[in-house]
Amino acid sequence: MSLLRLTDVSRAFGKLLALQHVELEMEEGKLYAVIGPNGAGKTTLFNLISGFFPATSGEIWFDGMRINRIDAARRVALGLVRTFQITEIFPELTVFENVRIGVEAEARCSARPWPSRGLLRQIGDRVDELLDTTGLTAQAGRTVSELAHGDQRVVEVTMALSRRPKLLLLDEPTAGMGQEETAHMVTLIRDLHARQRQSILFIEHDMDLVFGIADRITVLNYGKVLAAGTPQEVAADPLVQAAYLGEAA
Amino acid sequence: MSRRVYVNGAVWLLLLTAAWWLPLIGGYMALASRVLVYALAAMGLNLLLGFTGCMSFGEAAYFGLGGYGTGLFLTHLTHSTVLAVVAGTIVGGIAAFIFGPLVMRRRGIYFAMITVAIGQIFYFIAERWNSFTGGEDGLSGFSRQPLHFGFATVPLNAVAFYYFVLFFFAIGAGVIALLLHSPLGHTFVAIRENRRRAQFLGIHVERYVWASFAIAGLIAGLAGALNALQNNFISPINLYWVESGNLVIMAVLGGMRSFWGPLVGAIIFVGIQDYVSSYFPNNWETFIGGLFIIAVMFFPNGILGIIRQRAKAA
Ligand SMILES: Nc1ncnc2c1ncn2[C@@H]1O[C@H](COP(=O)(O)OP(=O)(O)OP(=O)(O)O)[C@@H](O)[C@H]1O
Ligand SMILES: [Mg+2]
Repeated sequence: MSLLRLTDVSRAFGKLLALQHVELEMEEGKLYAVIGPNGAGKTTLFNLISGFFPATSGEIWFDGMRINRIDAARRVALGLVRTFQITEIFPELTVFENVRIGVEAEARCSARPWPSRGLLRQIGDRVDELLDTTGLTAQAGRTVSELAHGDQRVVEVTMALSRRPKLLLLDEPTAGMGQEETAHMVTLIRDLHARQRQSILFIEHDMDLVFGIADRITVLNYGKVLAAGTPQEVAADPLVQAAYLGEAA
Repeated sequence: MSRRVYVNGAVWLLLLTAAWWLPLIGGYMALASRVLVYALAAMGLNLLLGFTGCMSFGEAAYFGLGGYGTGLFLTHLTHSTVLAVVAGTIVGGIAAFIFGPLVMRRRGIYFAMITVAIGQIFYFIAERWNSFTGGEDGLSGFSRQPLHFGFATVPLNAVAFYYFVLFFFAIGAGVIALLLHSPLGHTFVAIRENRRRAQFLGIHVERYVWASFAIAGLIAGLAGALNALQNNFISPINLYWVESGNLVIMAVLGGMRSFWGPLVGAIIFVGIQDYVSSYFPNNWETFIGGLFIIAVMFFPNGILGIIRQRAKAA
């Protein structure tokens, strides 16, 4: 059974057809990428999967369940967690506090007004563990708005991980990053995939990066799937070469 | 950490010893009680305003309802002052709980408008329903009764009543403080900081806005109950939107991001009201208005915000 399956999914904004008849299937434990030029509909695709807004038509299945009508917050509880193209964090809180929000939600205790000491310790330990995984331990006490852009993006990924996602959706995780920061993020994504068998679907602009690490790639262009397959298949696809790689080369 | 312990200790010490030092600087106990009453209401409001990020402009509704609850309870049902306070608190809390679903989906200015609208409904009911609420003239004919302990009976004169108010203030402030250090409080702050992020971490934002609204209403109800007992009187003015605005001003003036901000704001507000109004009975509000504008323009984080910044820089 596939982890995620989109069948004939379309989304219109008035007259603009942002996505048309999109098909996408993903198995557990894989690292998949979505690429495509600006305005191709990549973020729109994530918005549909994560429940930011509904699809105009088509079906979205996740982990054996049709999720079209399930609201965004509940999709997170089902294991579908995303980051955003423009970093979404809690700016005035510390790194530790940012991640703690997710950990508390995952422990289903966000509504608890008088937590026990044991629970608080458990939460704190889990936050520390997550910060350790993503290399943020040294920054734990700093206010996130003071961090470098790259670190802020890592904080967002860490928050997403706090919900123990079955599928992690990353929207251009390296957007706006320098070389060093990009390398760090790529290592992080690779490690999550390799060591924890984390299923990841990510959007990326950098072609070399995508072809280097993705198991499969879906190419979007003007809201349609132009090609899909392994990096080799996609790279060899004449349509892709014409529409995308051609202009990059 | 230690700084916080120190500040908290100083605040409680000052509040506990007010009966000794306040007369020395020309204050009087009824004024101190009024400060605590409004500070409590503003702190409750600030849970919503400063910590959940929802601009409520209708908190006076629950403040006033708490007052009417207490007044009517004392008039018709009981002679126990404490029970009447509890009743008023519950009335405020239940009303906010019931109306929460109407406001929880709104944001920004729409949130403010719907909270005002609901507040005004209560205002008109209180003003029109003569037989029950006393209408425009307000509800009088009840008075705070002496407290009966097993061993003694304590009449609630000005000093005793101050400590009576302080007792409930401490409960209210304690509840808010515990809350802010709990996962629930963390979640409120997360919603203030970034609703979208909160939602996409699996938090059902609306439910939490509802909870924050209900808790703020409960605390406003408690403050309103104490207010009714302070004056032995309650009138529709206490439900009016201007009263809501006053609570917002207190929170903003003192500092919305600070736990004690609303208390500082209430001290200034009630202090100016008392002092300036004795010289300029008709335009003391201009002073408050001017101060408010200055605060918002130059010190958006309120007075405690400035102090904290100074302390950080030093
Ligand atoms: N909420 C919206 N309302 C109206 N139009 C939208 C909305 N979201 C996206 N669009 C439009 O849909 C198209 C696809 O946008 P989308 O953000 O999905 O592109 P993208 O592939 O993520 O591009 P980029 O690489 O620039 O991030 C664009 O033309 C965009 O203007
Ligand atoms: Mg995009």
